[in-house]
Amino acid sequence: MTAALRRNWPLLGTALVLVVLYAAASLAFPGFASLYQFAHLFDDNATLGLAAVGMTFVILSGGIDLSVGAVIALASMVLALLMKDGGWSIWAAVPAVLAMGAALGACMGAIIHVFRLPPFLVTLAGMFLARGAALLLTPDKRIEMSSKAEIESLSSVLIQNFNLPAMVFLAAVALAWAALRFTRFGRTVYAIGSDESAARLMGLPTASTRIGIYAISALCATAGGIVQVIGTGAGDASAALLLELDAIAAVVIGGTVLAGGRGSVIGTLLGVLILAIITAIPSYHGTLNSWWTKIAIGLLLLVFVLLQRLSQRWAAGKT
Amino acid sequence: MSSTLRQLIWPLAALALLLGFNAAFHPSFFHFQIHDGRLSGSIIDVLNQGAPVLLLALGMTLVIGTGGIDLSVGAIMAVAGAVAAAALREHAPVALAIAAALGAGAAAGVWNGSLVTLAGIPPIIATLILMVAGRGVAQLITHGETLLIKSDSAFNVIGRGVILGVPVPILIFLAAALGLSILVRLTALGLFIEAIGGNEQASRYAGVRVGPIRLAVYLLMGVLAAAAGLIDAADIAAADANNSGLYLELDAILAVVIGGTALTGGRFTLLGSIIGAIIIQTLSTTILSFGRNMPVELNLVIKAAVVLVVCLLQSSELRRLLTRTWRRSQ
Repeated sequence: MTAALRRNWPLLGTALVLVVLYAAASLAFPGFASLYQFAHLFDDNATLGLAAVGMTFVILSGGIDLSVGAVIALASMVLALLMKDGGWSIWAAVPAVLAMGAALGACMGAIIHVFRLPPFLVTLAGMFLARGAALLLTPDKRIEMSSKAEIESLSSVLIQNFNLPAMVFLAAVALAWAALRFTRFGRTVYAIGSDESAARLMGLPTASTRIGIYAISALCATAGGIVQVIGTGAGDASAALLLELDAIAAVVIGGTVLAGGRGSVIGTLLGVLILAIITAIPSYHGTLNSWWTKIAIGLLLLVFVLLQRLSQRWAAGKT
Repeated sequence: MSSTLRQLIWPLAALALLLGFNAAFHPSFFHFQIHDGRLSGSIIDVLNQGAPVLLLALGMTLVIGTGGIDLSVGAIMAVAGAVAAAALREHAPVALAIAAALGAGAAAGVWNGSLVTLAGIPPIIATLILMVAGRGVAQLITHGETLLIKSDSAFNVIGRGVILGVPVPILIFLAAALGLSILVRLTALGLFIEAIGGNEQASRYAGVRVGPIRLAVYLLMGVLAAAAGLIDAADIAAADANNSGLYLELDAILAVVIGGTALTGGRFTLLGSIIGAIIIQTLSTTILSFGRNMPVELNLVIKAAVVLVVCLLQSSELRRLLTRTWRRSQ
């Protein structure tokens, strides 16, 4: 019991913060505690959430991915371009864009693994490449799509107030949870994050896993770009600037240790919801401004990083 | 000396290649003119517009030398610009506005340094906090607006002024480079930084005061970032909390890596980082001077290629692979 508690207490801390924040917002702002508004937290943050799900794999393996914001922008532009100028149907365009994203991520993972380069630098190059490509695609940097019938019909799908982007996000969380918990791949992700040379000596497939991790991260970001097109009705080359920071923050607030090896995608879901509530509050409270959300996210990040530090010291003291 | 030269040979070769390209296709790149008592020409432009990244790269070299990293410098630039513009709006004297901005940078540096040394948080995470929150603080100061600075204010000399024909940003950079070189090479500070980056545990046992030195390095970085923010704000005569220094931390880190300082810490070279920053700025200026038929965004794609090539050149794994295939073919 205590062992389970000790292992899960960062997650419990995150859950506690989420509950307190949600309760406080519901008490302060009438109308906040409705299913409609709850669903909106998922809709408005589906792109961030998808990127954060992918980032969870990367951080669990001890890496970092700075390219996700740029990949989101690139995916939204390529999808819009294929459908509008290429005349592709959405059923052909979406798989093509997803494949492109996964391939880009797999390339970054392969370079990181084969040449033993810092993920920080390789994904930085990926960020420059993807952002540059997105901006170079068309001269006006933005492709309006809202008049397309296919996009229109998809954006109006609603189940119990949850729209399609929200459902894609929740499905990704469920898939990622199952993959991390029940598959050989998932266990290898944790093993690489805990101790890579030990993982390799045990004969675990570190190469294919590392490539898979970065492919998943880029795939999730690509899905984020696609749902962004469905949600906003446009491809936008300057979308998701600095979104990688929020994604990393959501993962860390969700209790995943940045050094790798410990954490969960359920924590990331809670982390995304915490960020979602903090971002939503200024629209309810007239005098609060959006810059307070950045400061609040920074402070939360600080608190959780300090807590992680304390728990590491505590664990080290116990053994 | 020869080891320093060997360390700098790749960055110098890259710069030579870039300049050679300009010499072949764009000879006016090397023209100097004196225009209204002001030196002008593409090379002066490179140094003038590159001054913020050059300043950041100087500080980042020391931070990376200790095995750390500072992601928050772009946000610190925005905060410093906002502080100066807000002070000027309240009719503070120019000197006070500058001092307040540099003080804010120093405070940000102490914050980062304390998280790294006292709380023991890895630098990439410790500085991520300010990278996220810093722009919020800057927007708080400017109330979310772009604060304009009066165009006739003496403050703008920092960004646009000329002394003896040389633009002031270049002079600020030269002063900082000279001061830092003296500080790290004529005192033991440089040695201590390399010791900490090489092996923190060992240097602690050898009696190096790891904590205070780390703190000092982040403080220096904060002040340099604030100076870069002041130049940026004075150049456009406004404090833009959203865009000032955006992604410049990445350029600075890139400059350091291109210059030959490894991200793992240990040996560092200020001169290499300066060359690295000049390479990055020359790239942008080259693309800009080809102008009309080359979109500016191409810069990003070329930068991606440069990062990758430089990383691969420094990868010992690649060298091992190459020597193995070479031997096999023998």
